[in-house]
Amino acid sequence: MDLNYTEEEKAFREEVRAFLAEKLPKEVSDKVRAGISLGKEGHEQWHATLNEKGWLNFNWPKEFGGAEWNAVQRHIFEEECAMAYAPRIVPFGLSMLAPVLQKFGSKEQQDYFLPRILNGEHWWCQGYSEPGAGSDLASLKTRAMRDGEHYVVNGQKTWTTLGQYANWIFCLVRTDPDAKQQEGISFLLIDMNTPGIEVRPIVLLDGTPEVNEVFFDNVRVPVENLVGEENKGWTYAKYLLTHERTNIAGVGFSRAGLDAVKRIARIECAGGRPLIENPHFAARLAQVEIDLMAMATTNMRIISQAAAGQAPGVESSMLKVKGTIIRQEINDLARRAVGPYAMPFVSEAVDGDNDPIGPDYAGPVAAQYFNNRKLSIFGGSNEIQRGIIAKVKLGG
Amino acid sequence: MDFNLTEERQMLQDTLRRYLSDRYTTSARNAILDSETGMSPEIWGELAGLGVIGALFSEEDGGFGGAGFDISTVFEELGRAGVVEPFLDTAILGGGMIAAVGNAEQKQLLEQVIAGQLHLALAHGEPASRYDLSRVETTARADGEEIVLNGRKAVVVNGEAAGFLIVSAREHGGFFDLDGSSLFVVPADVPGLTMRGYPMLAGARAAEVSLDDVRVPQTARLGAEGAGFGPLMDVVAAANVALVAETLGAMETAVELTRQYLLTRHQFGRPIGSFQALQHRFADMLIELEQARSAVINAAGHLDSQDRDRQIAAARNLVSRVGRLVAEESIQMHGGIAMTQEYELAHIAKRIVMADHRFGDADYHLERFIALSAA
Repeated sequence: MDLNYTEEEKAFREEVRAFLAEKLPKEVSDKVRAGISLGKEGHEQWHATLNEKGWLNFNWPKEFGGAEWNAVQRHIFEEECAMAYAPRIVPFGLSMLAPVLQKFGSKEQQDYFLPRILNGEHWWCQGYSEPGAGSDLASLKTRAMRDGEHYVVNGQKTWTTLGQYANWIFCLVRTDPDAKQQEGISFLLIDMNTPGIEVRPIVLLDGTPEVNEVFFDNVRVPVENLVGEENKGWTYAKYLLTHERTNIAGVGFSRAGLDAVKRIARIECAGGRPLIENPHFAARLAQVEIDLMAMATTNMRIISQAAAGQAPGVESSMLKVKGTIIRQEINDLARRAVGPYAMPFVSEAVDGDNDPIGPDYAGPVAAQYFNNRKLSIFGGSNEIQRGIIAKVKLGG
Repeated sequence: MDFNLTEERQMLQDTLRRYLSDRYTTSARNAILDSETGMSPEIWGELAGLGVIGALFSEEDGGFGGAGFDISTVFEELGRAGVVEPFLDTAILGGGMIAAVGNAEQKQLLEQVIAGQLHLALAHGEPASRYDLSRVETTARADGEEIVLNGRKAVVVNGEAAGFLIVSAREHGGFFDLDGSSLFVVPADVPGLTMRGYPMLAGARAAEVSLDDVRVPQTARLGAEGAGFGPLMDVVAAANVALVAETLGAMETAVELTRQYLLTRHQFGRPIGSFQALQHRFADMLIELEQARSAVINAAGHLDSQDRDRQIAAARNLVSRVGRLVAEESIQMHGGIAMTQEYELAHIAKRIVMADHRFGDADYHLERFIALSAA
């Protein structure tokens, strides 16, 4: 048992820090810290910066030109990025679709799509959920019917994150309506500029333009855009989900969030004393920090196993549940910390550069509290995760 | 004991519930939220016509109510429908202050308030005051027959619509002294008063108010010189009854929406309400909702009692805790749909949670309760 990082890992952390210090512009990290949207270009610029260094496709195998970092390196990188308020890497092409193409895609698909994911020519979004298929994803109804050298797609996808920026969408579609639910699904790559596709923004409760509905009306998709075999899409989707679950605990985000709350609580005064000295607030803060310290070690235990080649099982569900509870608690603390100045809602606080109302840290906190309710809903809700954990231990 | 509403209050409740369920639909309200003024003058006028404002004032002041249970009856219904129009600010805080300590001339404003023709706002909180009611840095300096006001007021809800602002300002003493601050009725268009208005996350609008050598006559003083804190405590007590009742109403809507969703949303081939994991959590919400209802009754029933402040601190602490549970669990059991603005729950959840930020959250009221219980 040794709780210290190895010398190589420490050196790697230093290298990441030095890179971020040199290459992450302050105006970008300020926006991330303040919860201000970066827009399409902001994300693309950061991707380009990482790509130049060879760190954008760090989770790709070497045979596809990736850095092939192990789980500990990935963790260190993600934690340092979160602590430095670097933009998140938009995952849809890089860490969701790419592993599927590398494992199941044709040589032609790999050669065509992978370079375009890397250079930003293609912005991918995910077409999984439907209005009637959320937690029960396998009940999806979007239909793809073979017609000569095309599939004709009809139906609707929803919760399509950043779909407004995307020019490609990977979709789960039903190709065999008579098969058992999971067995009639295929994995299809669709150019968003094909006639018959309509993207409509969903207005979220905090006003952020983040998710969309995507409608398909007789959309013709060339059959070469099918990934792997017809009706085997569920297998690929499950494979993709295991990749979606890297960094599932969000330790770096929680650490950064906790630092932000402490900063607020040192400035805010309650009854003439800094809020951080208020016993009730301090107790809430301490509790969540204690939880985070333990979860960070759980996270490292699982990462170490993964680095040693053991596939995580039920542990990733545990990290998802605990990680989201902790992040949401930190959001709640931030909201409480700012007091009455949590109430103003100026969309510029989320999307622009106007002078803040009240202290500069107050603008986004209440909106973030509401927005991050999503953490325990998406990517397999916490109810689904608890079901997985219980099923593994209890059977059934 | 009798926990039934009086016949008058029952009629008011029925009328309000019917009117709001007809007129205050999700889409109607979302249009109000997107509007420049953040409220509907039409609905304001119609609700005033139905007696909503009159119910919040005593007969002596031109109304037909004004007791704790009148306030809780009205605000529970406003909360149930997620109403964003500023009844709390114009009637309870602004009008309530004038009713409490205004002289005959000042009280003439109440007729317009009750008729729905005049808006008011309380300009008390300041950028550094947080929830501390005693903290007043804004100054009032006598200059002959006039008073000169200087200072900043923070998050003045309904400031832009108000014809008059009730401004607290210190005439003597230190920032935190209970004595020494006075209240003034200040016309919104007086020279030296400027506002920066903005919408709020859970609806309605507020403003940052600057007072730079604002001159008002001595007759603008509301109540006795240096004695503003007592009446302020009184109207904030009434506002806290209104807030817990409003939150209770909003929670009833959240729970009902969740009930319907659990019955109608199918996943894995059955209604999600048939999963015991959700059933038990739904049951917990119902249990806590009844706790909240009783806490509101306790607060409303003690508005004029010796034990008022402790009862109100208890109710606000409890309702804040239950509110967080109900808002978060309702969203979670719905899933993504609850995060969309066009679904009723999104707005209702915001009303529930953001009530924390007016006159103190659960922690603030827990500390008040501890201090008052020790006294």
